[in-house]
Amino acid sequence: MSQEKTVKTTTDIDSLRSEIRDKSTRVIDVRREEDYKQSHIPTAVNLPLANLLSDDNPERVLKLVNAMGIDDETPVVVYDDTFGALASRVAWTLEYLGHSDVSLLETTFSKWKSLGLENDNKTPEIQSKNHSIHLKPEILATSDYLETSKDKPNVILIDNRERLNYLEQHIPGAISLPYRTLATQDKILRPKEDMKRLLDNRRISGNSEIITYCGSVGTLSGLAYYALKSVGLPNVKLYVRSFKEWKGLEKPIAKQQDASYWDLSAE
Amino acid sequence: MTVSDLKQSYPDSPKPKINWARIEEAEDFANTVKLFRQGKYDEDSFRRYRLQHGAYGTRMTNDYAMVRIKLPAGEIYPHQLEKISQLSEQFSIGSAHFSTRENIQLHWVILEDVSEILRGLSEVGLTSREACGNSVRNVMCSPLSGVCPDEEFDSTPYALATARFFLRNPLSQSLPRKFKFNFTCCEKHGMVRMVDVGLIPQTRDLDGTIQKGFKIFLGGGLGNKSFVGYQLEEFTPEEDLLYTSIAVLRIFDRLGDRKNMARNRMRYLVNDMGWEKFQNLVLKERAIVRATQSVVTRLEVDPTPSIIKRPIRISDESGSSIPDGYARWLKTNTLKQKQSEYNSVFITLEAGDITSNQITALATIIREFSSEGYARAGFVQNIALRYVHDDDLSRLYSKLLTVGLAKSGALTMAAPIGCSGTTSCNLALTNSHRLAKEIQRKFLELKLDQDDDLRDSSIKISGCPNACGQHGIATIGFFGGGGRVGKEMYPNYQMSLGGRSDGETMLGATCHRIPAKRVIPVILKIIELFKQNKKSDDTLKDWMHRVVNGKEDSEIKSILDIRKALDSFTIPPTKEEDPDFYTDYGSDSSYHTKTGKGECAA
Ligand code: HEM
Ligand code: SF4
Repeated sequence: MSQEKTVKTTTDIDSLRSEIRDKSTRVIDVRREEDYKQSHIPTAVNLPLANLLSDDNPERVLKLVNAMGIDDETPVVVYDDTFGALASRVAWTLEYLGHSDVSLLETTFSKWKSLGLENDNKTPEIQSKNHSIHLKPEILATSDYLETSKDKPNVILIDNRERLNYLEQHIPGAISLPYRTLATQDKILRPKEDMKRLLDNRRISGNSEIITYCGSVGTLSGLAYYALKSVGLPNVKLYVRSFKEWKGLEKPIAKQQDASYWDLSAE
Repeated sequence: MTVSDLKQSYPDSPKPKINWARIEEAEDFANTVKLFRQGKYDEDSFRRYRLQHGAYGTRMTNDYAMVRIKLPAGEIYPHQLEKISQLSEQFSIGSAHFSTRENIQLHWVILEDVSEILRGLSEVGLTSREACGNSVRNVMCSPLSGVCPDEEFDSTPYALATARFFLRNPLSQSLPRKFKFNFTCCEKHGMVRMVDVGLIPQTRDLDGTIQKGFKIFLGGGLGNKSFVGYQLEEFTPEEDLLYTSIAVLRIFDRLGDRKNMARNRMRYLVNDMGWEKFQNLVLKERAIVRATQSVVTRLEVDPTPSIIKRPIRISDESGSSIPDGYARWLKTNTLKQKQSEYNSVFITLEAGDITSNQITALATIIREFSSEGYARAGFVQNIALRYVHDDDLSRLYSKLLTVGLAKSGALTMAAPIGCSGTTSCNLALTNSHRLAKEIQRKFLELKLDQDDDLRDSSIKISGCPNACGQHGIATIGFFGGGGRVGKEMYPNYQMSLGGRSDGETMLGATCHRIPAKRVIPVILKIIELFKQNKKSDDTLKDWMHRVVNGKEDSEIKSILDIRKALDSFTIPPTKEEDPDFYTDYGSDSSYHTKTGKGECAA
């Protein structure tokens, strides 16, 4: 795909409904199997995030993708019921494999249902397909990569956990952009203009290399990955193993010192 | 996602009467932060600008701000709460803070995000403009104004009109220092002698017609050095309210100390000049203001009363049983209004903190239970829901219980105040905020909220001498400092007793220094001494009043006797004996004092 093409990060409700009708798109529901079995968006297949995460080696992912009837040309739309974070992690994994046409449903399944839109409990018949592997290492950050690049002037490291967790401990040099900041009341991502203004205020713009991370498996930061792409930022990476791995490796950690901010929380 | 759905199902909820916001200010703030970051704005002018727009710096860092949202007269509408809940989740810590001056504060906000909060606030007509800095701060009004059985008339419209007149008014853009107005309902509820301008509504009979007016108190205030205000004149008719306010501000603007930051509140001016001289000056200045206003300047008082409409019951739960704790809650959290069959219900928080989920839930509860359709912030980091019908109280209690907002003791000593302290304030020496929470938990555990003898007493805690926690007017007040044993430090509090802010306003008398980790046992000990020595219908407040004024005839005759009885609590153990003694609440490392640049005067 050419660099020019604006990346489509989300699919709106109306487009998805017509794509479902003409069966042109593969819809992936990443909720748990029980939830999927009760009801889901018509034609959707189920790939619970936990299933994917149990082994997200490209070879295994390829098998899963083939079994879902996805080849290089199949448009894919992913949804969840967790403000888009789980869906983002699955979408990113497909992208990493080399799939170029994957996007997120602009809203969650609950919202879809509350709008009275169609849903059923039928599991579609799938014909297996053959997808190729063209890994995209340019969207992945490993801990080694992060360690060597995070202090470069052109690199912005973003922590997407909640503010108090960030204050308590974070990767040195990271800035805080909690995942809640990215959404609106009804959409998993803010409108483009809104998002752009917010990121511009934070000086997250231009051709910086941007790396996102969150607590453990790259879900919240996966959502941030798509938020950043939605405004056309060209060079975004996901540190997919995130803070859990970083801490486990006993790498340096920074903290906001000398303040008892936790005591302001009413939780 | 459910929030926007809910909103649509309440089409006729009341709308705020005044839009306090200006959207341009959000854009301007964003641009100014950019210029500041590019070095095109010097530190001092930027700080002044930031404070003027309601954003304080934060403990040990100016990369974070505390955004103070003003609620003029304390009024807050459900859709405004929903917006604040969202903003708190998106840009703050997922909790918000109800302050003692009817502001809602969002902490640990990234400076670059403040403009987004201002933008969000402007969508619901709220502002943080002039919430900090040298300006007319939020104009307060008693949460009971309009419903208090003892009031002469409702002062809310006057508070709102005063707030509207001074907001963005050139007269109040660069005062020597901050300036506070408090309106109240009656002598008992409110704090009119401990503020720059305090007002109690009153009426007089003028040849058969009833004339409205105010009792105005000037020159009081709490702080490093506190003063009790003086009454200007017997009766100030309502037409003179604005002229008086302008006159006082003009004098302060002209004569206030602009150099010495520690002494530039108006109370110092009054004190230095002497009350009579100041009083004459105000009366003279008022005559000039009255005569020279080319166009008649009037307060735009909107007398339209709120529409009282009992919300329609959505579901009938009359068969369901009333949960435990209802009687206790009813006794300690509700007041009968002057309107028969209606009640004001107080929601007590822990040191004013509330989660964003609770704020959203509260919005729904207001719509379902308050017949006036909005809520009022209280004076003690709490919230009042008014016009709740007798028949709805038990259902309301059940609802509050499900969202963790049914804590009892709201109107009792079991609802202590704690300023922000080391959770966010640059000047803090101790974690006063957490201490207030700990005391509350202990009081509720011991069911002291139900003790009628303690009901009208109060506990208030500041994290340093600056008195944001209003310790000076508490029955038992504390301000933080550090104690020392050799090289080791421990968190310590100066305790004062017998302060009050009602008709007999006085500042608490200094009693003893109490280590942080001994504060709770000391309070319990004081209660024990009181119980042993009280007269049959004494309250702690009455008893303490006699003790600190040397008028008590039991075994405890003076504050010195209390001091003696507490000596044993103040002796530091060694670090080996009790390492916990050397840490403050909310911290497990050993205590040390650390402060940054304060912005209270900026
Ligand atoms: C010399 C500096 C300061 C002085 C003299 C001062 C004075 C006061 C006073 C007297 C009050 C009580 C409310 C009233 O009756 O007026 C108050 C409230 C308050 N002040 Fe300050 N203040 C200072 C600095 C600060 C700073 C640096 C902060 C933190 C940013 C702060 C935060 C607050 C808060 C949050 C309240 C409301 C109490 C609460 O509910 O938490 N103040 N201040
Ligand atoms: S009293 Fe002191 S510690 Fe508390 S908020 Fe005020 S300045 Fe900060």
